[in-house]
This record gives sequence, C-alpha cells and structure tokens, in this order.
Amino acid sequence: MRHILIPLYAIIIFLLFWEFLVWINGWPNYKMASPSDIWPAFWKFKSLFFYYGWDTLWRTVMGLLLAVVLGVFLGMVMGFSKILREAIYPLLVGFNAIPKATVVPIIALMFVGQHNLNTVLIAFMISFFPIAVSVSIGLSTLEPEYRDILRSLGASKSTIFWKIALPKTLPEFFGALKVAVTLAFIGTNLMEIVSPHGRGLGALFDSGKTNSDYPLMFAVLIALALLGIGLYYVVVFLERVFAGWAERSVD
Amino acid sequence: MNSRRNKDGIIIKSVSHSYKTDTGVLPVLNNLNIKIPYNGFTAVVGPSGCGKSTLTKLISGLLKPDTGEVWLNNEKVIQPKPIVGMAFQNPVLLEWRNILENVILPLEIVPNKLSQLEKEKRARSLLSLVGLDGFENKKPSELSGGMRQRASLCRALVHKPEVLILDEPFGALDAFTREDLWQVMHKLRKEEPFTGVLITHDLRESIFLTDEVIVLSGRPATNQYEIKTEQSDNPKLESLFEPKSIEMLKNLRHQIEIAQDNQGNKS
Repeated sequence: MRHILIPLYAIIIFLLFWEFLVWINGWPNYKMASPSDIWPAFWKFKSLFFYYGWDTLWRTVMGLLLAVVLGVFLGMVMGFSKILREAIYPLLVGFNAIPKATVVPIIALMFVGQHNLNTVLIAFMISFFPIAVSVSIGLSTLEPEYRDILRSLGASKSTIFWKIALPKTLPEFFGALKVAVTLAFIGTNLMEIVSPHGRGLGALFDSGKTNSDYPLMFAVLIALALLGIGLYYVVVFLERVFAGWAERSVD
Repeated sequence: MNSRRNKDGIIIKSVSHSYKTDTGVLPVLNNLNIKIPYNGFTAVVGPSGCGKSTLTKLISGLLKPDTGEVWLNNEKVIQPKPIVGMAFQNPVLLEWRNILENVILPLEIVPNKLSQLEKEKRARSLLSLVGLDGFENKKPSELSGGMRQRASLCRALVHKPEVLILDEPFGALDAFTREDLWQVMHKLRKEEPFTGVLITHDLRESIFLTDEVIVLSGRPATNQYEIKTEQSDNPKLESLFEPKSIEMLKNLRHQIEIAQDNQGNKS
C-alpha cells in the first residue's frame, strides 16, 4: 500500500503547487496552463485523445519492437566478432550522432504519405542504438571461464549462447530497453508533429498550436507522460520476470 | 575400477607451446613431460606466469600444443572432449540458476541417458557430500565464497569427468575456509575417485592434497623438480606441522626460488 500512496501524494502535491504558482503569478494560459485548465481541455477532445493516443502507442511499440530485433541482432554480431565490431561500431556511432529531427523530413519525403511507416521508422532509428551497444558489451565482456567450462564439456557455440551468454546479457538489455522506451516516444512525436496530415498525439498537439488552444497542448503533454509511464513499467515488469535474478534481495 | 588400474591417466609427452604476440613469439612451455596415473592427483606449482594455465588448456583440449602430445586415458587429446571437469579461482556460478541447477549444468551438455530426476539425485548427493544440504534452492548470490566454491567443485564432478582440472580453486578464500575445503577435497576423492591436476601457489595445499608435486621452471616452463608426497588416505591438518612435511615444504620453497630466479634472468 505504501508504495502506491507515497507516489500518489507526491503527484497531488505537485499538481497543487503547479495550480498555486499559476494563480499567484496570474499567468494567462498561453504562458502556463494550470491543471484545472487541462482537465476540461482533455474532456472536450476525449475521443480524439483515445484514438490518437492509441496511434501514438502502437507506433511507438512497433518502432521499439523493430529496435529490439535489429538492436539485439547487431549487438550479437558485434559481441561475437571483433572484426565486425570494429567495422560496424564507427558507422553506428555516426548514425546515432545525427539528430533525428533532421532525418524526419528526409524520411517523410522518402515514404511520402505513408505516415504509419514513417513514424515507426523514426521511433526505431532513435531507439535501437542503446540496445545494440548494451547487448554487444554484455556479450563481449563474458568472463572467459564461463566459456571454458562449457567448451571443455564439448558445448557448441549456440549452446554457449543460449545457456550463458543470453541470460547473462539480459540485465544490460533491460537497462537499455528502459532508455529506448523514452527515446522511441520522442521519435514518434517528432514525426507526428513535424509531418503534416498525421494522426497521433503529436498531431493533436500541433492542432492545439495552430488553433491557439494552449490548454490542449498541455493536456497532450500529460497524456504523453502517462503513456510513457505505462510503457516504462511494462518494461520493468518484463525485467522482473526475465532478469529478476539480477536484483539483489534486501536482507 | 580395478580393471582400469593399469590405465594411464594423463600423459604429457614432450609438449612445447608458444603464443604469438605483437613483439614476437613468446615460448611458454618447453619440452614438458608429466605422467599422472589413473585416479592419481598431481599438483603443479611454479612462479607466476610460467604457463600453468596454458597447461590446463592443453589437457582439456582447448589449446593444441605446437609440438608433443597430450594423452588422456589412453586416447590422444585432439579437441575439447566431454570428459573434463574444471574449477577455477572464480567459481563462475550462473547467477540466474539456483545451486542445484548450477551443479546439473554439465549433465545438460554432456550426452547421457539420465532422466531429469536422476540428474537431480546425482547433484543432490554431491552437494550433500560437500556439506551443502539445504542450499539446493538458494541463488549463488546468497552463498558465501567458500560455499560457492564447494558448489563449483560439485559441478566439476557431476558428470564423472575422466580428468578434473583445478586451477587455483581455493586461491581467493581465507585461510580457515581453505583448510575446510582441503578436507572436502579428501572426502570427494574418497567417494568420487578422479584423475586430477591441481594448479596452485600454495605449497602446503599441494603436499596436503596430492600424491605428487611437480615444480615447473620459470618461463618457458619445463620439469624442474618432482616429489612424491606419500600422503595417507585420511591425512590430518596437523600432519603439515610434522618434520617430514616441513622438510618437504622447505625443499619445494627452495625449488620455487630457483625457478623464480630463472624466470627473472630471462625476462
């Protein structure tokens, strides 16, 4: 019960403080909307929030799944082969260094009109890097004794991977996945806001901007935060199921 | 067992090995000869970096010697064979498995006809032999260093390996725990006979645990000195303080110094 009540109280105190700040300073809602402005803004467009929220969510999750598949694959390649690591790593770093906001118009032109694909692609591009790096580091730092024990039993490379390398890398993988979740949301929204005729919460945010509906923009922010929290804790749950052993029990 | 009495355990026949490094070729072993009888237990001691770990890799087939031959139970070692059990200074238990599952691991890899129940029974009996009853379902992180090493020894023996390779298994333990584990080793050897090689830096350990101690010269290592320990089947720790043991230790200590000087002069 405590671990639900304490965050709940914290959120309530935060909202009250926010309301108080807006009230005491007399800020108009285009400068800073107050929590009491946000609820009506949400209620007015509640069906759009659900439809677009769903769009944003599934695009993010799809991008994330792609990032997991390709990131794990690249990580495995780099983790097992030193030559391939040396070849691929600088390319990856360079690719990751490009701000994804600049890639958005390029992707939008490349697959013009295919809004779902564009959005998923950006979410994927922005989030696969930490996964690839963490998996490759996890695999390449496997203590040689583990390998020797299994090899001296005549184990094949794939047995070593499934019995030792994969489970040993899971904690690093989930650590990276938590970072990737947030990044993927950034990617989805970048595309939804920048590229016209979109659906999704980003498009709703954009329409709030064009229509000077400032409370709506703030309501979108809150909705995004809620989705982010939800997806983050899904990852935490999965981590507990698959890599719970890495958590030290508190005595 | 008696039918195999006349079998040779491990034979290392004029083995030489070197590594290629950026600065040239580094010879590690030079014309090394070791013979360990079936169910014999031999310690190999020598200065740090004299090639002892290379020796273990050659026996387990993880490395091929440049020249010379390694024979295990009358068969030439060509590739990693599923008859080796290994334990290192680092117990390398799999943190996501409990102790019982850790000990069973080799049985999941080495071909055998045991059912899951029989595998567990085998692992449990070994764990009980080393005094780990009741810890089967604990995670490695819940165990002390000495207990992890006990579990690691069980894992090395669970598939009844034809050779047991111990690479400084007790090096990271405190003195009293180490002595406890020496007793465990004697118990294991009595109940689960094995042919074994013990790599160690602890001379007391070498004469207390094994039948024969081989001193390697400095790198590139070759045989420098050998001594039979003439250990009784059930030795007491106190025996280490008897004149006979002390004489042996002095002797070995002196040989190590010679080996260290050799290595120092060359490098």
